[in-house]
Amino acid sequence: MAVKDMTKLTLGPIAYHWSAEARRDFYARIADEAPVDEVYLGEVICSKRAPFHEADLPATIERLERAGKTVIVSTLAEVMLKRERKATGDLAAMDAPEIEVNNAAGLYARGRRAHRIGPFLNAYNEATIAWMAGQGATHVCLPAELPGPAIAVAAQAARDLRLGVEVQVFGRAPLAVSARCYHARAHGRTKDNCQFVCENDADGMPLRTTDDRPILRVNGIQTQSECYVDLLPETERLVADGVTHLRLMPQAVDMVAVARVFRATLDRTLSVAEADVRLAALCGDTGLSNGFYHGTAGYRRIAMASAG
Amino acid sequence: MSLAELICPAGTPAALRTAVDAGADAVYCGFQDATNARNFPGLNFTPEELAASVAYAHDKGTKVLLALNTYPPAGKVDLWRQAADTGARLGVDAFIVADMGVADYIARTHPGIRLHLSVQAAASSPEAIRYYCENFGVKRVVLPRILTIPEIRQIKREIPCEIETFIFGNHGLMVEGRCSLTNYLTGQSTNMDGVCSPASEVDYARHADGSMSSQLAGFTIDCFGAEEKAGYPTICKGRYTAPHRPDGYYAFEEPISLNLSRLLPELIEAGVHAFKIEGRQRSKSYVRGVVRAFRAAVDDIKAGREAKIADLIALTEGQKQTQGAFETKKWR
Repeated sequence: MAVKDMTKLTLGPIAYHWSAEARRDFYARIADEAPVDEVYLGEVICSKRAPFHEADLPATIERLERAGKTVIVSTLAEVMLKRERKATGDLAAMDAPEIEVNNAAGLYARGRRAHRIGPFLNAYNEATIAWMAGQGATHVCLPAELPGPAIAVAAQAARDLRLGVEVQVFGRAPLAVSARCYHARAHGRTKDNCQFVCENDADGMPLRTTDDRPILRVNGIQTQSECYVDLLPETERLVADGVTHLRLMPQAVDMVAVARVFRATLDRTLSVAEADVRLAALCGDTGLSNGFYHGTAGYRRIAMASAG
Repeated sequence: MSLAELICPAGTPAALRTAVDAGADAVYCGFQDATNARNFPGLNFTPEELAASVAYAHDKGTKVLLALNTYPPAGKVDLWRQAADTGARLGVDAFIVADMGVADYIARTHPGIRLHLSVQAAASSPEAIRYYCENFGVKRVVLPRILTIPEIRQIKREIPCEIETFIFGNHGLMVEGRCSLTNYLTGQSTNMDGVCSPASEVDYARHADGSMSSQLAGFTIDCFGAEEKAGYPTICKGRYTAPHRPDGYYAFEEPISLNLSRLLPELIEAGVHAFKIEGRQRSKSYVRGVVRAFRAAVDDIKAGREAKIADLIALTEGQKQTQGAFETKKWR
């Protein structure tokens, strides 16, 4: 099927405070080995982290593009402070590479020049997608909590408008952002005085209930799901419904192997059942979930009735 | 010039009349469905109730603002459009919106009715606010509860619309309109269904030692000693453990209410046009008490008198209050 062959696998922006060195190593390996078509770079969560790695951005872009990847730079999800407004404005002024906008401040700065819509911009429905397309959007990443039937309607609307449409199929779901840094709070500090304690949690800081049940992950100002989203069993449905891009969010696991599992599933060289077993093995103790897709509690894992 | 309008919650027709009688300049309310962010059982208005309520409010010179501030999931946009059409027909004074598709529809279909940008839109910079003003003709922005007063003052200088801020009530910790915590645990979405920590999923469990735990959808959110008053299990005000906090701590915020009564003069001076009292889910007596107290305070300030704020602590959640982000950046 032509449509299926066109489905792109993407790597979302790193949500965590990985060191510059870790990022360089990560993207070098992605460039050389990962079967992903497109890679999103840039700091989306905390503007204080950007100075640690933004100097490497041109070299990383060059490295990935040389490997045949399309590179997109994502903007901050929360824009409040002067440095955040400036960072957003600076990215919006770039001609290349493409940008993914995650805040209305970025939309304002970008005007009608081409851009992608990020998952933090709340493109929940066909009316909003049509509005965004009219303002220059070329591509939209749907919110992580959107259920399957709504994804199908949104994807059809996006394709009618010739927009790419993307859904996160792997990694912790973004659940909330705040002005307050919860990493700093956990260590008795404030955001301005955080001393970058978030760098110690490459996969987020786990929160458990007081009766010891895993529940959420803290990533600076962001709160994420404890489970990794896993829509491997749903990929065929997503593609049939018109989703053109499937997003893998970088976690502290072997992301090249994760990408290979999804690629092989898309290429039908690996059965969904076998792929899911391999993915679970790559994810260690972390639970896998697809509740949002099935319109139920996000942490839940709903078994597919059949592979169709 | 700040007019210091008082925007008051109306969860039911009776609460609406109470707020109007207690001196509200405007009331805000919603329909009995997912089109507003307080879609709780037993709350909100039928079209018939809204018609009578608009008449009551207008008769007393009070404005009625209709909250259409959730995000329609694809395939269900018509419900929001019909709600807007109904509100327009019934003569509401403004729509409070968050979704760009909903804003665009109202701007085109009902251009004579004011649009207010909901806190659910999370517009926290001059650029974001101007985006909505220039594209949809938004006349007022409800600012997220994450800004300090100097930041509000600065924003005011750079935007072409009025500012409304929350001054009292529930102290939401997450950026509104960007929170799926409830959906993650319960399957009901704050953004799409207007539901936050729904009562239908709440349980309280009494343990052998007399302690009590509050639960949401089977997850323990907080626990209380035998002598403590058990609070409502809101996820962002729960107690959890972390590797460095093995004993459990309020990872996001303590159960606490926002009370900015002491900052009113500064907020007025900063150019805040309207003050919002949260609490469409609260009782008539709550609405009466809070609205009266703030009416007196605002009138005192406008007349150049020292404002005497009645003791509102008894009405606040967990008996504790905060000035949150408004007072100091250290809150962050």
